[in-house]
Amino acid sequence: MQRLIAPDVPMVRMQNIHKTFNPDSVNERTVFAGFSLTIWQGDFVSVIGSNGSGKTTLLNLLCGSVAADRGCVEVAGECVDRLKEFQRARFIGRVYQDPAKGTCANLTILENIALADNKGKPYWLGNGVNRRRLDTYRAMVEPLGLGLENQMHLAVGSLSGGQRQALALLICTMTPIDLLILDEHTAALDPRSSETVMELTERVVKEKKLTTLMVTHNLRFAVEHGNRLLMMHQGEVVVDAADEKRGDYSVDELLRIFNEISVEVGN
Amino acid sequence: MDVILRLFVNVLEEGFIYGIMAMGVYITYSVLHFPDLSVDGTFPLGACVTAALILAGVHPVIALGCAFFCGCAAGAVTGFLHVKLRISDLLSGILVMTGLWSVNLVVLGGRAVAPFYNKPTLFSTGLVKLLPQGLYLRRVLIVLFLTVVMVKLIADLYYRTKSGLLLRAAGDNDQYVTAQGVDPGRMKMLGLMLGNGLAALSGSVLAQQAESASVSSGTGMVVMGLASVIIGTSLLRGFRFLKPTTMVIVGSVLYKAALVAAMQLGLPTNYLKLLMAVLFVTALVTGNALDGRRKQSAKAYRA
Repeated sequence: MQRLIAPDVPMVRMQNIHKTFNPDSVNERTVFAGFSLTIWQGDFVSVIGSNGSGKTTLLNLLCGSVAADRGCVEVAGECVDRLKEFQRARFIGRVYQDPAKGTCANLTILENIALADNKGKPYWLGNGVNRRRLDTYRAMVEPLGLGLENQMHLAVGSLSGGQRQALALLICTMTPIDLLILDEHTAALDPRSSETVMELTERVVKEKKLTTLMVTHNLRFAVEHGNRLLMMHQGEVVVDAADEKRGDYSVDELLRIFNEISVEVGN
Repeated sequence: MDVILRLFVNVLEEGFIYGIMAMGVYITYSVLHFPDLSVDGTFPLGACVTAALILAGVHPVIALGCAFFCGCAAGAVTGFLHVKLRISDLLSGILVMTGLWSVNLVVLGGRAVAPFYNKPTLFSTGLVKLLPQGLYLRRVLIVLFLTVVMVKLIADLYYRTKSGLLLRAAGDNDQYVTAQGVDPGRMKMLGLMLGNGLAALSGSVLAQQAESASVSSGTGMVVMGLASVIIGTSLLRGFRFLKPTTMVIVGSVLYKAALVAAMQLGLPTNYLKLLMAVLFVTALVTGNALDGRRKQSAKAYRA
């Protein structure tokens, strides 16, 4: 579902978010205490940060797999706090680090695509795979250059991680969405596959003009892709460089900041 | 010779009846990975509902349909306990199975057994009467065969619908279902409803064949259903062209054959349930072993 949104409304607005895991126990851990973030329509935001800096929690709060203790999450000008994860999935697409999560191993490539094609409509007793759409689906996977168009009846479980991730990305951007979330989606792939998937990401995002939030551990990807760079540390944004200012941050510069922060914390 | 033929027909008949239930168990156990024990209660539920309806003069085919819907309702309760009230999968099944015991007694009007001899059943009404004399003697086998094939074909068709594909996805990857904007809990509930509906349907067919329903006919049904599924899917895995529904029905027939063979070799009837359990373990272990070997050779092939 892609809705018409007035141009001056931000795609994402998180205001004064508080989140503490395991409150009142020995494992109590406060991730966010008054975190705020605004993402504008058409932004491609790269988020970096050390482990435990709150990146994944940020994504989980947006997608609804974790609820905030306090504060409000707005997507496209509407508060989504009351929507469950599956309800938000209708306008938020997410690609996970684990290639197994975005596709269904037991079903064929064709069945995976056909099911996703029906997203937003009811899943009743209609024919699962619409044969008339077969050529459309083939044309969709052909530009990947992976040869999947000739193996549409192959179970997805027998594909490589890179192939599955490329397919997962296609599937989740197939129906119109407001927001694309990439959760370290190249981290589990070998260097060549991760390049391929990153190129595909760039192409899809440009083509569909998607507002995108990408979390990555790959500093080079973070610098080369997107128009805005965020560095998070202990639940706060420590670097926020958009458009022209982004040029100030090279991979080396980012590494230097990383080390500085780590020294401060004492590890 | 005559004895062997009769045994053979007997094995086929029972294999077909329990094959319907095995198709249901396949949905919960293999598709959803849900160990559903409520089948022990929904199988006799189907039988009891059928007996009550036929005694009340309802057409046997309508009784079949009602049994299926009652099974679905019981499955929905299991799903509700597990999905909404967050009770563990095994416990949800046990609770429903236990509760159904009383429900079944109430359905039969307080009796444990309800015979309905000489009332119309699937095997004595409708087109069956038009069968020529020679085939009429084998009418039970013919009707059972047609019933099981019909259920199988409908199940196969269902697996290819949007709902069926998403159900298969739900057992495999919850997250994928969520990503399509559907609540995975709802799919789980749907699977449990269909699985238990088929179990009740199977109970209804058994009751009509025996012309009697018994509250205790459900004991051991989970084990029997699971054994059929595991025997069928692990023995016939090599045959790629076979649909899982076919494998499961063949598994059910083979399982019955093994039981009958043991009885013929002189095993006392009291040991029947023990044998069922032992056969189940054997099937499970050999199935796992075969699976492991296949995976190893597949790995070697890829490397």
